[in-house]
This record gives sequence, C-alpha cells and structure tokens, in this order.
Amino acid sequence: MNVRQPNTFRSGPDERGHFGIFGGRFVAETLMPLILDLEKAYAEAKADPEFKREMDGYLTHYVGRPSPLYFAERMTEYCRKASTGGAGAKIYFKREELNHTGAHKVNNVLGQIMLARRMGKTRIIAETGAGMHGVATATLCARFGLPCIVYMGAVDIERQQQNVFRMQMLGAEVRPVTSGSKTLKDAMNDALRDWVTNVADTFYCIGTVAGPHPYPMMVRDFQCVIGNETREQMQQAEGRLPDSLVACIGGGSNAMGLFHPFLDDAGVEIFGVEAAGHGLTGLHAASIAGGRPGVLHGNRTYLLMDDDGQIAEAHSISAGLDYPGIGPEHSWLHEIKRVQYLSATDDEALHAFQLCSKLEGIIPALEPAHAIAKVLELAPQKPKDHLMVVNVSGRGDKDLASVAQHLGKKA
Amino acid sequence: MSTRIDARFAKLHQEGRAGLVTFLTAGDPDYAASVAIVKALPGAGADVIELGMPFTDPMADGPSVQAAGLRALAAGQTMVKTLALVREFRAGDDATPIVLMGYYNPIYIYGVTRFLADAKAAGVDGLIVVDLPPEEDDELCIPALKAGLNFIRLATPTTDDKRLPAVLANTSGFVYYVSIAGITGAAAPDAGKVASAVARIKRHTALPVAVGFGVRTPEQARAIAQISDAVVVGSALVDAIGISLDQAGKATTGTLAAVTGLVSALAAGIRGARREAAE
Repeated sequence: MNVRQPNTFRSGPDERGHFGIFGGRFVAETLMPLILDLEKAYAEAKADPEFKREMDGYLTHYVGRPSPLYFAERMTEYCRKASTGGAGAKIYFKREELNHTGAHKVNNVLGQIMLARRMGKTRIIAETGAGMHGVATATLCARFGLPCIVYMGAVDIERQQQNVFRMQMLGAEVRPVTSGSKTLKDAMNDALRDWVTNVADTFYCIGTVAGPHPYPMMVRDFQCVIGNETREQMQQAEGRLPDSLVACIGGGSNAMGLFHPFLDDAGVEIFGVEAAGHGLTGLHAASIAGGRPGVLHGNRTYLLMDDDGQIAEAHSISAGLDYPGIGPEHSWLHEIKRVQYLSATDDEALHAFQLCSKLEGIIPALEPAHAIAKVLELAPQKPKDHLMVVNVSGRGDKDLASVAQHLGKKA
Repeated sequence: MSTRIDARFAKLHQEGRAGLVTFLTAGDPDYAASVAIVKALPGAGADVIELGMPFTDPMADGPSVQAAGLRALAAGQTMVKTLALVREFRAGDDATPIVLMGYYNPIYIYGVTRFLADAKAAGVDGLIVVDLPPEEDDELCIPALKAGLNFIRLATPTTDDKRLPAVLANTSGFVYYVSIAGITGAAAPDAGKVASAVARIKRHTALPVAVGFGVRTPEQARAIAQISDAVVVGSALVDAIGISLDQAGKATTGTLAAVTGLVSALAAGIRGARREAAE
C-alpha cells in the first residue's frame, strides 16, 4: 500500500476546508461572504464554554442523551448460529433512534439552531430526504420560535407522508421540489437558491456532513457526541474500546459522528455502508462504489454522474440514502483507506429491517437497516470476543407504509 | 494579453454606448436550432455572447435557465457539442466575443487542461463559472488566465468593499455585477441601487462592468445601460425560446425570430440610452 498515512486522521479539514483533495468551498459569490461569516461564528461558538454548556443542557433534557449502548443479545446469537465454528462478534446497538424526533439528525440541528440564534438569524431553511432532518429542524424551530421552511423532493413527499405531516404539525412550511429528479439533491439545490435570495436573515441548516466548508466539519463536530458516548459506554460495559464500527451512509453524518472519535485508534476497524439499491450494476446510491470525484453542492467528493459530468439520479429504497454524493471527509477516509466502504441492496436492507424488528423488538429505519444488513455478514466472520457497534441511527416508524408496500408487491 | 472581449469593450467605449450581452444555453432546444440562433445574434444586436454549458444541477439559476438546460441535455447536448457550436460560430464571425458560462463539474470531468486547450482552439474568449469563487482560483481561474482566456467574475450585492479586491484580483475582460441577491430571472433590479454598486466597483477597477440578473425588457435594459458598460439578458431570451416551441419541445418556424426580435428590441433600448443621457 503506497498511501501515505498521516499522523492523525482527526486534524482535518485544512483552513480552506479541504480533506486531501476533497471538500472546499465551491459556491456562488453571493454565498461566499455568508459562508465566511458562518465559519467565523462557529469558531467563536466552539471556543465559548457557555455555548457548550447550553448545548449539553439541551442534549440531556430535550434530546434525551446519552442514548444507550445496547447489547443486542438475540442478534448476536443469530449471527453466531450463522457462523462456522461457533464464532461471531458481540453486537452492540448505539440507540440513536431513541433521541427526541427519532434519529441522530437532532444532534446537529440543535447545534446549528443555537448558532443561528447566536448569529441573529431569524429564518431557518433546510433540505430533507426521508424527512428526519426536516422533522428535527422543524422541532427545534418550534422550540425556539423560529420560522422554518423545509425543501423536500416531490417524490420523497410521496413516500414519506407521515414526516411531512409531522413537520407541518410542528409549524414548518414544507415546500415541494419539482425540479430535476425531485429528491434530496434537488431539495438541496432549491434550499441553496432560497439562501442566495434571502441572504440577510436566513440560516441554512444543512442536514449532513456535506456542502461547502465549514458545514462538513461543523456537522461532524455536532454529531461526534455519538462516538464520544460510545467510547465511554463501551469502556463501562466491556472495559475496553470496540473492535469494529458499522454505520450506513447517505451523506454520512451518523457514520461520521460515530467514526471520527475512533479514527486514531488503529485497532478499531471501521465500515461505512452505502445504499446499493437494485445492485451496483443497476440503479443505486453508492457514490464511492459506483462514482468518482466531482464537484456538487459546494464540495468536491465522490459523486454519481455520467461521462459528461451530469449528475445521475440516485436510487435507494431509503429516501434518506437517496443522494448521489457523500460527505467529503468520507471520500478522503476512503482514499487513505482508513474506513472500508461497503454497500447493501434494497433487498438486503428490507431483510435486515424485518429481522431486527423480530429479533430485538426494535424497528430500525431503512437507513440503518443497510448497516445492520452488513453486520449480519460481518459479525459471523469475527471471533466471539470481537465487539461490534452498529449505529441504529433512526427508527423505522416512518418507513412502515413503504415497507408494507414493498413486501406486498413481493408476496 | 488583449482578447476579443477587450477589443469589443474598447469599440463600445468609442461608440459611446453600453453593450448588450445575451445569454442562451448551448444546445437549447437542440444543437441545430441553437447553432442557427447563436449565429443570428450579432446581426440582431448582441455585442457579447454568453453560452450556458448545460448542467443538471444549476444551483444559482431560476426556473427559466433550469428548463433550458434540461431541454438541451434531453436533446443530447454535451461539452464536446458546446465547443463544436462555438467553432461553427467562429468560422463565420471572428469579432464577437463568446463567453462560456456554467458550473464547474462538467469542466472538471472534461479535464481542466484539455478543456482550456479545446475552448481556446474553438474560439472561446472568456469563462464564467458560477461555483468557483476566488477562494478556489487554483482550480480553473489561474490556469485559464495562463491559457489566454478571460476569467470573468461575478460581483454581488453581498460582495462588500473589503471583499471586492479579492474578487477583482484575477478577473479580466469585464466584471459581471449580479444586480440582485437571488437566482437568475428573479426580481427586477432597482436602478438606483445598481448605479451606486457599479460606482463602488469602478472605484476598485478599470474593467468594464456588465449588469445582469432580472433584466427582461427593452425599458429595463435602457435604464441599466445608462449606468453600466453592458447589460446582460438571459432568462427573457431563454423564455422566448421556450414559448416558441411546439408541444413536443421542438423548435418551430417562429423560434429564431422570437429570439432575434427580442434581441433587436433590447439592442434598440440600449442604443437609445446614452443618446438620451447625452441630450
């Protein structure tokens, strides 16, 4: 392997927002001063103990943190039965689905809304795919009395009706996006168009570790609470660090939040799971497995596209993974080989969705069902004393209607 | 380095009038129709031609330019064809500057070095790449200047005096002042605010200042022409194409005339401006 390894994997990005060749600030001039303001405001907030104290208070009393690290005993047994020679890792779930609003998204939104308030911004916009980021943003806007506009692809509105109604109940305006492929990437385009138009009062609350610098860094920092808690909780449960981490990846914020605090622990194997849709030779959303580096939405990263640089439409059964890109830090971690990126198909995710529900009494969202699908493959290959953590990043209530439809079609 | 853009603005200065910069998306509604339209632009009164390089995700564009890009892509437009279109135009017109405008990804995927060489050879004079601010100058701006192409930067209402020098540092040809904070084809600009913004930019640079975003009518063009060196019109022209198409989205016998008619009216409005101001 001729990839040069840095002394630490946790020092990025550089001052221009680059992780290796990835990241950067590829935005229109109108937005550039706003992004520089945001970078400055975030740096000040990060250095302010009062900001952290206030945030910790809301994380405890409003979000409900820490989320449990749960030993998934029956799934562990299931995987041990599937292994040859009685092997099989001990599987732990990081229970992000127990957070208020039902997913990890709220960790980041809380940080950004507190920052927006600090910056004196009075109007919040967001994009959403599955609706979980939209719901989290609508929730915190309700909590702090801020007007909230959520851009959501018309196709996603169709398959995530329940979340649309939740956002409306919370007082947010959901604006259907009918441009392009009518999914998450187009929602992000329209949110950026809104931001360019309403520069004075508006804060753009991005839902994942993508977009122009400082978003990938800032969202990562807010999500690192997942990995930081996991370190402590595993120490308490087993007296040592885990041996492997598994998380699903659309943009990659739940994965980055779990992975980042462990990047410098050489003994910890890390697996990201992209959505392989109908399979990597068909329609899918696996940017690393099936894409190449390009520039979209403010950053350079792996993207799905054609030979002319036109962005391709992603496909996944999970609306939250249905994005043709991935956060730039993931692209970098892939190139330097610190994280292994795998993929799970729609069918594998559906199987894991049902299995997890029946074995553990936990209905995962379709997004982490992709991660669980790979746990079912990885865990049986590991020894019995191997500690594996999978991030159950959201709960599956929102997916029940579409899962029922898929299963009905198959029956 | 003096380019067709420099020569054209020098000529406009001599004539004592502002220029008309027309924007159309290359390959809209299809390649053949687009070639015919672009070739007719100078005769109708366009002084500088901007050609949009279609992209699936045009984040700074409004519905009109988005639709034009999708029409061009659906008809099979590619970067190779956009450069071919420029070559065809250049064979019959060696004076009218052509500026390619768009987003970075199609250029990045084509390959920066190859793109600059092919664009220069085809007869392209300048580039406007919306998602390359000065912070990313190493990507394309510096190589483009070395290749002899103008790199035209957008200055916006959010570009304050502190930031202007950085925005202007590697800009050449002209400065494109975006008259509103917003997307293309949205609100109409306020001429009073634009006048003070242009004056502000001119305190920092000797380059000509073109003003665009939201200019649709000959009357608006005349008003902007009185306070700037050139007026950019895009969405209104793109809409003229859109409206002229048949139900299948194909060009009709009225398509060419719809564009040239509007360009002539805009040019007349602009040519009237300085005379009005001078009298």
